[in-house]
Amino acid sequence: MKPPPFEYDDPATIDEALGLLAEHGDEAKVLAGGQSLVPLLNFRLARPERVVDVNRLDALSYIRADDGVVRIGALTRHAALERSSEVAARLPLLANAVAFVGHVQIRNRGTVGGSVAHADPAAELPVALAALEGRYHVRSQAGRRVIASDEMFVTHLTTSLEPDELLVEIEVPLPPPGTRAAFVEFARRHGDFALGGAAVVLTLDDAGTCTRARIALLAAAPTPLRAYGAETWLTGMRVDERAAVEAASRAVADVHPTGDIHGGTEYRRALVESLVRRALLQAAERR
Amino acid sequence: MTTRTISVEINGRAYWGTVEPRLLLSDFIRHEAHLTGTNVGCEHGVCGACTVQLDGEPIRSCLMLAVQADGRSVRTVEGLAPADGDLHPLQQAFHEVHALQCGFCTPGFLMTIEAFLASAPADLDERAIREALAGNLCRCTGYQNIVEAVRLAAERMRA
Amino acid sequence: MTAAVAPARRLIGARVARKEDLPLLTGTARFVGDVERAGMVHAVFVRSPVAHARIAALDVEPARSAPGVVGVLTAADLPDTLSPIPIRMFSRPGLERFLQWPLARDTVRYSGDPVAVVVAADRYAAEDAAELVAVDYEPLEPVLRADAAPPDAQAAAFVVEHGDVDAAFAEAPVVVERRLHVHRHAAVPLEARGLVAELDAETGVLTVLGAAKIPHVNRRILAALLGWPEDRVRLVELHVGGGFGARGEFYPEDFVVPFCAIRLGRPVSWIEDREENLRACNHSREQVHEIALALDADGRFLALRDRFFNDAGGYVRTHGLVVPGMTAALLPGPYRWPAYRCEAHHVLTNKTPAGTYRAPGRYEANFARERLIDVAAAELALDPVELRRRNLLRPRDFPYPTGTNTDGHPVVYDTGDYPLLLDKALERFAWDDLRRWRAAPAAAGLRRGIGLALFVEKSGIAKWEYARVEVDSRGEVDVFTGGASVGQGLETALAQICAETLDVAFERVTVRHGDTDTVPDGMGAFGSRAATLGGSAVLLAADALRKRLDAGEEAPLAEEARFESEDMTFPYGVHVVAVEVEEETGQVAIHRYGVAYDIGRAINPLLVEGQIVGGVAQGVGGALLEELVYDDAGQLVSASFMDYLLPTAAEAPPVEVLITEDAPTPRNPLGAKGAGEGGAAAAGAALANAVADALGVDVDRLPLSPARVAALARGTR
Repeated sequence: MKPPPFEYDDPATIDEALGLLAEHGDEAKVLAGGQSLVPLLNFRLARPERVVDVNRLDALSYIRADDGVVRIGALTRHAALERSSEVAARLPLLANAVAFVGHVQIRNRGTVGGSVAHADPAAELPVALAALEGRYHVRSQAGRRVIASDEMFVTHLTTSLEPDELLVEIEVPLPPPGTRAAFVEFARRHGDFALGGAAVVLTLDDAGTCTRARIALLAAAPTPLRAYGAETWLTGMRVDERAAVEAASRAVADVHPTGDIHGGTEYRRALVESLVRRALLQAAERR
Repeated sequence: MTTRTISVEINGRAYWGTVEPRLLLSDFIRHEAHLTGTNVGCEHGVCGACTVQLDGEPIRSCLMLAVQADGRSVRTVEGLAPADGDLHPLQQAFHEVHALQCGFCTPGFLMTIEAFLASAPADLDERAIREALAGNLCRCTGYQNIVEAVRLAAERMRA
Repeated sequence: MTAAVAPARRLIGARVARKEDLPLLTGTARFVGDVERAGMVHAVFVRSPVAHARIAALDVEPARSAPGVVGVLTAADLPDTLSPIPIRMFSRPGLERFLQWPLARDTVRYSGDPVAVVVAADRYAAEDAAELVAVDYEPLEPVLRADAAPPDAQAAAFVVEHGDVDAAFAEAPVVVERRLHVHRHAAVPLEARGLVAELDAETGVLTVLGAAKIPHVNRRILAALLGWPEDRVRLVELHVGGGFGARGEFYPEDFVVPFCAIRLGRPVSWIEDREENLRACNHSREQVHEIALALDADGRFLALRDRFFNDAGGYVRTHGLVVPGMTAALLPGPYRWPAYRCEAHHVLTNKTPAGTYRAPGRYEANFARERLIDVAAAELALDPVELRRRNLLRPRDFPYPTGTNTDGHPVVYDTGDYPLLLDKALERFAWDDLRRWRAAPAAAGLRRGIGLALFVEKSGIAKWEYARVEVDSRGEVDVFTGGASVGQGLETALAQICAETLDVAFERVTVRHGDTDTVPDGMGAFGSRAATLGGSAVLLAADALRKRLDAGEEAPLAEEARFESEDMTFPYGVHVVAVEVEEETGQVAIHRYGVAYDIGRAINPLLVEGQIVGGVAQGVGGALLEELVYDDAGQLVSASFMDYLLPTAAEAPPVEVLITEDAPTPRNPLGAKGAGEGGAAAAGAALANAVADALGVDVDRLPLSPARVAALARGTR
């Protein structure tokens, strides 16, 4: 299959890109890594009039430790995230999660910003970022804004980005000391989109009691889903097998994943429940 | 659709073309540069038959637009063997252990594996090799001999 | 004819690296998509998006006037004298009305049925124009289940039987009965199909590049459909990216693309894309069996009774009834059955037509039979290995007339020592250790199981093969074979046979195939026949040539031979597998996989192992991952590689292979039985038995997807 015809721009500067989006936003698609968009073009499922290729915007490719946060430029390739010692040291959950993203060929091109903007509910990074409460810096010709972690993802393949907006940076607050994290997923084949998964960030005090929990579910809903009820319940508990089982059960209590040929709703729900449990126990056992 | 004139360096040589932006890099390589060693198995971004190296890194050429490769450096299977006519140790290993049958997936595997071996640890375990190969599909061999070829080539290239 | 005997091993039986490899390794191979001809244009097919409909209106004018378009053809543009695509084997009267026309005329019968073809300057423009073809479909009710179809959906039914099955069941102390399902999946070679057709205006010869598997047969069919003499049609095989039975049958495109070249006066290239391949290239394997086994209290088989529905898809294609025919013929397997009855129903549905795919009809039959045997073992509290052993045919039974037939021809197993191979397999794959492993506690949430499956395969179908061997004055040897290469190493195997017989160096032998101009006739490569029948023809020709040289004649010399054999040969084997099933996810992890296969004589064990390991990967993929799923409207849901999941190196298991040569065949001078399909043949059966053992449940269907296995583990269905 070959893509349908489209007009193409590859702006050299962010301002140029924003100008194009301001003018053509509604009929344009931003092309970053292309690992999600180009297959859609090849299937002719995406038929934008215009493609705005942002790959020349090198200024958007960076990983910077700042004051209490890590800043990741939207154009940072998955492979760079995977190789980054900063990320491995400060945000090990992200390093774990990105290893599950497809295969090396995909990670060499795909970008963090692209993954967020594409908003596939089975994508690993949006869920890891949800558990880390990442914030999304966005620019348009009109100015800048920051989209909060729980406001970015609206539904399946839809974010709250306006057509004239470009995601420029993902700002990830460093978790407090004593935090450990785990990312767990189950896919039918190595590298496939997950049928279910969980990203868990736990802060434990010296006695081993959970003082803060963040649980985000993968492929359980049309967006990454925070399990707020389970997080609240777990706070103040020792994270042992019993607590993990209970928290997992609460996490999926109102969850109704969309079924497909790879697994129905009930299977997926039960799967996510078991993976939340595993992730909690894995995180609790880490140092 | 406005066309663009681009120049892509493939295997050290510049290839020019005036192309539509929608032309896939895989089609540019095969039909503009006439380097048909790289094969196209799906255009879904799954099978890996179209794998080439972009600035040394393996990518799926069916998921890149040719215009995105303007001014970039690409390496394909035709550039793998040394100029003197011998085979690259990987190619030689594939041949010796029967790691190819129909050969359609082979160029993609070679480009993936060469990059993998350049950064792989010294003692490769089977699981690690298989996972590194999981982005390339083969329908004929069942992969066993490909894993063997990777080990054999790694050994020889280390020596 | 002097009996030729294959000489002692220097090359035959040796692990020789392949002659074929260099172009494939260096990117200089030529697959049909690599072909460029001056003035070449590109074809794209417009296909029905619906499963079953009447074509109420068809307007191609918007496409005809689109940029870059050189022509658009529909059924109305094809010759009046055209007939539908014929059946090439396993036919019977009454199937004519189920054949497919190259382009749909008034009805479409599956989503993917070709309705028109658009030819343009490049593929991109052709796809743009194809979208402009406007077709009005009046939907008709689709038939989607072969086992619940209206009577007129049945294309054929037949019975294969011997002995008195009814009496046996009536008197049997023990009867086990199950309804077993094998799902739709397909060969899916990594290279999709393709053709480049060109008419030479001066000579009037039509050349078609991209032929595969059976170029001579397809030339005959194409010439007949065109109403042309055969010598005006030339088919040429290039490098082929896998076949597995699906590529190489005569499809609608095999007429339409050459016809476009004739009609438009330009070379036409059609390169199938992957979505098209999943919707339009033959599917396979979908069968429902109602199967029953009667035994005595000591576990001796008394009778086997089966009624099955073969889901044929929208039309009966070139391979006629071969798939259900093979099921009915080989369902008995390696066992003695005092009575046997198999009732086959070949039923049309509104899905992609289904045809042959590696071990066709046998993957399904082995699953049904070997599952049921395990069920019977459990019923009798007998060890599944012991139950099988009690019923295996013994060497003294051979040659063994099974009482079944293929296309009317009696199936007589030539040679075999089944108990010996079983013993060798159990020893080599450490069955006792596996039993201990299975009994030992697994990690939390994991369940261990072991399973095996025994099977008899067939090879050497279609009776004859042609070879010509020429030696020139420099001592270079050319072998021309009517066999075909689909990637399996045919050239290497034939060169080994020729070089050894002629006593020349392997490097001096070149094997040519697949061009109907250079090889006058042949039957191609399918049913694991190329090395055995093709190899035997080469052996005969080379032997005759050797005798002439020894008698003092001087090169250049040539000899032709045609090797004929009425009967197929029957390799046989065992699959042994150990699995760990994760209850929560339903993931089936393969702990160990072994295949023991007696093929009479291995011409090149390196290649044979490659065939077996590759076959296992396909069999495992079919059992665990691959599934062609249709929705209630008859739409193929798994129409991309995102949903049709081929196993990667991470899912395909390491496979231990034991090749034995304890039962060579007397039916060809090599003693060889073809090895191509045994790796796939019993994989579904063995895995199902292992998973059933792990979970202590009945497994009655494939695939064993995670969701289904998790449900089985939970005890629900």
